[in-house]
Amino acid sequence: MSAGDMTLTDTEAEARWGTQPGGVKPRRFSPARLGIYGFLVISALFFLIPLYVMIVTSLKTMPEIRLGHLFSLPGEVTFQPWVDAWLNACTGRDCNGLHPGFLNSLKITIPSVVVSIIIASINGYALSFWRYKGANLFFGLLVFGAFVPYQVVIYPLIIAAREAGLYSTLAAIVIVHTIFGMPILTLLFRNYYASVPIELFKAGRVDGAGFWQIFFRIMVPMSVPITTVAVILQVTGIWNDFLFGVVFAGRSNWPMTVQLNNIVNTTTGVREYNVNMAATILTAAVPLAVYFISGRWFVRGIAAGAVKG
Amino acid sequence: MASVSIKKLGVSFGSLNVLRDLDLEVDQGEFIVLLGPSGCGKSTLLNAVAGLLDVDAGQVWIGGKNVTWEEPKDRGIGMVFQSYALYPRMTAEGNLTFGLRVARMPKDEIARRVDRTADLLQIKPLLGRRPAELSGGQRQRVAIGRALVRDVDVFLFDEPLSNLDAKLRTELRVELKKLHNQLNSTMIYVTHDQIEALTLADRIAVMHGGVIQQLAAPKEIYRRPVNRFVAGFVGSPAMNFLEGTLTIVDGAPAIRIGDVTTGLAGYDFAAAPVEGRAVVLGIRPEQIVLADAAAAPSQVPIDIHLIDPMGADSLLWGTVGSDTVSVRIGPDDEYTVGDTVAGHFHPDQASVFDAGTGVRL
Ligand SMILES: Nc1ncnc2c1ncn2[C@@H]1O[C@H](COP(=O)(O)OP(=O)(O)OP(=O)(O)O)[C@@H](O)[C@H]1O
Ligand SMILES: [Mg+2]
Repeated sequence: MSAGDMTLTDTEAEARWGTQPGGVKPRRFSPARLGIYGFLVISALFFLIPLYVMIVTSLKTMPEIRLGHLFSLPGEVTFQPWVDAWLNACTGRDCNGLHPGFLNSLKITIPSVVVSIIIASINGYALSFWRYKGANLFFGLLVFGAFVPYQVVIYPLIIAAREAGLYSTLAAIVIVHTIFGMPILTLLFRNYYASVPIELFKAGRVDGAGFWQIFFRIMVPMSVPITTVAVILQVTGIWNDFLFGVVFAGRSNWPMTVQLNNIVNTTTGVREYNVNMAATILTAAVPLAVYFISGRWFVRGIAAGAVKG
Repeated sequence: MASVSIKKLGVSFGSLNVLRDLDLEVDQGEFIVLLGPSGCGKSTLLNAVAGLLDVDAGQVWIGGKNVTWEEPKDRGIGMVFQSYALYPRMTAEGNLTFGLRVARMPKDEIARRVDRTADLLQIKPLLGRRPAELSGGQRQRVAIGRALVRDVDVFLFDEPLSNLDAKLRTELRVELKKLHNQLNSTMIYVTHDQIEALTLADRIAVMHGGVIQQLAAPKEIYRRPVNRFVAGFVGSPAMNFLEGTLTIVDGAPAIRIGDVTTGLAGYDFAAAPVEGRAVVLGIRPEQIVLADAAAAPSQVPIDIHLIDPMGADSLLWGTVGSDTVSVRIGPDDEYTVGDTVAGHFHPDQASVFDAGTGVRL
């Protein structure tokens, strides 16, 4: 890693790893390295070939697809399947394509991510600095919560949502995502804040800051790396969710994944493989983009402690 | 300026009693150093004074006011931590002013105070930098500034210099001393570095196991330790301890170490010495004189084992009976390992402790 490619303004990271790579420079080609690269290339192909097939198929016309040459490049490139997928594909009676689902997914993902991260960071902060009675029990329950299979709690949640009059609303799905994100996010923030020296908290108290002022003015500004991690986890997790969306959101709020399913599984008419492929890629685009753009931040955030020196 | 008085203070964490029944009176403008080994409760005591932890028993008074249950900010204290504890995402100036901003102080007053503090600590050029962009010494200056800028009467330091290298530590130590003379505010300073304690303190409180063993001026602590713990903890190299028994020879007190007996005439016994009592004789390395026999009346034979040159002087290691002793000698003094020399000392400079309780006799 050179100093130049540190896009995150992270003097901490630099201080930790130094600006120079350390250790013995590996030899260019040894049998072991060739083996490793061979394995990596094969693995990459294993995952990339389906993607390749999806992309080329989405650019072909239906007659060309019927020829059955799965791997061949499109003879005549057409973007109509993409347009159809976005605007015209039919899910049952409606033929509006995926875009309402995209908007719904935004409406679900954005508030869910924001709310869950705000609550989880406060939780983590309280758990690591404010050792109230029962804090450990609470933390234990939360960790346990991270391992509860979703299916177990869906039915009670449906009843709760119905009793609260929220079933099949945007609020219901946002609340559900917030709840299910809570264990892992709280764990994440708690561990991050646990690496903050307690003296920082004490210094804040001597300076007259209260619980919230210390949180908002001292802790939040230093939480950028871990918040990045949390955003990535939540955006991809919530965007990819199917189960909760189909159960809690209600037909008018169905997220993109549910609509994709309905488009692909529609039983009327011919199967438009090209449209299906385009729709699938469109649905996966957001998490993919998040991974590509922020993958390195993810690693850095996971690895970062809160303070250096 | 304010005095601090700690009355019958008790602090425990769960079942662990860290401080018991602790009393400490700090006068206005006094520089008190809490000195003791790791885990003896120094930080705990400081935190209790600061109001950063709940006390189980007793009271803390600052400036004639009972502040036992006051918030830290209302106690008129400033605190400096070992780890600096600077807010990492704020500049040095932001760190200095955070408390003032929280208190909603007018901007021009804040500016005036920052100006004054930065001048005092010579950190003007650093004000725009973040902690990560400062060296250790600079960080600690900013941390001290953060306490100063609040214009408080009592400063609490928790090992502020122990993360710094030796040279910087000495520099900042001198500056702290100057600062204290300038401000004349009350300071309570925790350290386990005895040089810091001896140089900075008006009085040192030597702590062990949550109890103040001795509270006295540095010289007194050094010369007349009240027990064997204080004697062994203060001073480097450590005081030599020779086990023996008290005897009376010709009506004068003496000590028998192995098969040697040497007089203790001149030693200021607190109670009349009792024949046959098991005791420990404590002599500091520089109080043993090898050459000038006439100068010192008492003597013990020392088998020389090793000579350690230390620059300004050398340290001679040997044994008296079964006890190891060290003697400070001149850098050019010539002694031969394996020889036996007579170590002379003045009984009135030495200390005698009860072998069982460790209390000074
Ligand atoms: N928050 C806490 N919970 C439980 N035990 C604690 C806590 N803080 C301190 N202790 C214990 O109290 C004792 C005194 O701790 P303290 O931090 O006051 O020691 P210290 O004299 O400052 O030591 P050091 O020189 O290492 O800083 C130690 O045994 C420590 O383990
Ligand atoms: Mg301490």
